[in-house]
Amino acid sequence: MNEKMMSPLVEIRNLSMEFVRRGGQIGGHVQRIRAVDNVQLAINRGETMGVVGESGCGKTTLGRCLLRLIEPVAGEVIFDGYNILAMSPSSLRSLRREMQLLFQNPFSSLNPRMNVLNLVAEPLRTHSKMQKDQLAAKVETLLVEVGMSAEHLKRFPHQISGGQAQRVALARALALNPKFLVLDEPTSALDVSVQAQIINLLIELQRRHGLTYMFISHDLGVVQHISDRIAVMYLGQIVELALSEDIFNSAKHPYTQALLSSTPIPDPDKTGERIILEGTVPNPANPPTGCRFHTRCPFVMDICSKEEPKRSSVSDGHWAACHLLNSD
Amino acid sequence: MEQSLLVVDNLHVSFHTPFGDAYAVRGVSFNINHGEVVGLVGETGCGKSVTGRSILGLVPHPGEMTEGHIHFDGKNLPELNDREMQLIRGKRIAMIFQDPTTALNPVFTIGQQISYVVKQHSELTGAELENRTISLLDDVGLPAPASLLDIYPHQLSGGMQQRVMIAMALSSDPDLLIADEPTTALDVTIQAQILELLTTLQSDRNISILLITHNLGIVAETCQRVVVLYAGRVVEQGDVRAIFHRPQHPYTRGLLAALPIPGSRGSDLNVIPGSVPSGLDPEAGCAFAPRCAFVMDICKRDQPLDYEVGIEHQAACFLHDKAEGQEV
Repeated sequence: MNEKMMSPLVEIRNLSMEFVRRGGQIGGHVQRIRAVDNVQLAINRGETMGVVGESGCGKTTLGRCLLRLIEPVAGEVIFDGYNILAMSPSSLRSLRREMQLLFQNPFSSLNPRMNVLNLVAEPLRTHSKMQKDQLAAKVETLLVEVGMSAEHLKRFPHQISGGQAQRVALARALALNPKFLVLDEPTSALDVSVQAQIINLLIELQRRHGLTYMFISHDLGVVQHISDRIAVMYLGQIVELALSEDIFNSAKHPYTQALLSSTPIPDPDKTGERIILEGTVPNPANPPTGCRFHTRCPFVMDICSKEEPKRSSVSDGHWAACHLLNSD
Repeated sequence: MEQSLLVVDNLHVSFHTPFGDAYAVRGVSFNINHGEVVGLVGETGCGKSVTGRSILGLVPHPGEMTEGHIHFDGKNLPELNDREMQLIRGKRIAMIFQDPTTALNPVFTIGQQISYVVKQHSELTGAELENRTISLLDDVGLPAPASLLDIYPHQLSGGMQQRVMIAMALSSDPDLLIADEPTTALDVTIQAQILELLTTLQSDRNISILLITHNLGIVAETCQRVVVLYAGRVVEQGDVRAIFHRPQHPYTRGLLAALPIPGSRGSDLNVIPGSVPSGLDPEAGCAFAPRCAFVMDICKRDQPLDYEVGIEHQAACFLHDKAEGQEV
């Protein structure tokens, strides 16, 4: 294996993203909301990196920054050796084929006025010069790949079910043989029985094509099922990163522990101790000083409100940013 | 034996659409005892919300309750006139909804909205009314309740808004609370707070709760009895432990096996093929037959009855008919 194959496919270095919100009146005050704050993360080839956190933690913003759908204010994103944030629009365009995004709600991401054939053909038309019959054949292959068939070609989004619509969106994403897919809550809008179909399909496609995934979700059950490693986010920062098993068996950050114990387990005999966090996520425009979690943390100490915790290594490939790990 | 607080008997609800009648609820029967938490669970379109709304006579246009009885405390609710219904709706049976942002009126303060509801059910005025409003906000665990009176809904977070909705629902000391997906719009840590609050209120005040949800984890953690709906019919009902540990209907089994739970990583999730039927042209036999792995000839022809499969545990499946099926 050469060096390029060994290096991570995506490397995020000190990435920050700010949104600016202006006050109501003319000349009103300007609020800067740091949605992603100094995030570092490397995603290896062929792995699934799960990103989990509650609404407003910056997980979706992080995913979009990776594809440069929004311009981060600081940091670097290295994709397959290229610094995406420094690229010219034209060279970025050809790189875009290699990274695709799947959204939460297929009915809002698919154009309601295009049928399945045109929806799946659109990326091919944009990025390649295929002949008409070649195009039709490719679309059919893609549909079969995602578990649909030629009979769906002429249907419009409103004529197919939610699960099928998400399959069509996936076929679109796969059309240009990407290496990397950002999956942003791809099953949140689906029912449990259909969610299982899509998750199985995603795992199968990854095996078949050696895809690399970033799987964004608020649902820890789903994330741990599909991910090799999991990054837990809180208020724009990654607070813990570990192998999927380690997150579930030996989570070290109190926020991860609370998230785990808040997730309802479908077993009436396992409803044991729950850590119930008080209050809600603070306003990201004015995040707490020190550790951002200290306002809700059940183990808060004096230092937590003063100093921002650094990453502490727990074991190989497992770290958490919490003062508790340094206190003893 | 103690009489049930609520008995729903053979409820049918249809929606009159341009494409014909859609049969949303097709013969649902269940009961709720005093102080019991019953989970009404199923996927999108199974009729769970419509069932909940039917109890209060709130089926939205163009829906209509076409058949059945709803006995509450000895009275058949559909036979009551508007005045009589007003004495029950909101007073003895209260309801909370999925999205508190749309359930609260954005142009009135929290104090105005709650005291309005209190006035409907009592003679309180002036300072007494205000004190009652404050104590209601206090009961649902809102911090500094007096300061909330002059606040508008948009100034509160989703979790706090849902607490306000619960305070409003509790203002008349109801006997039954219908909670329709009360935590679906909330983050998991906030969901845990709201579920904890509902459980505490239930044990402190001995209220019965009908919890409508699609989340089997929530059911396992909060309910004593479970009613599983599929395509407008009850497919299985029983004690929560029986349903989760010994599910007897293939649909319930499939649904439980489709859930990604900690420890299931890498394995294929169980999939229920296909998707939920529309209800526009109901099939002659069992509604689940087209997706069922154990389908038999009779399933496509006849409606299964409710078979006793345990102590107060019924499943509507021919597999449990001694003459037809063999035990699975």
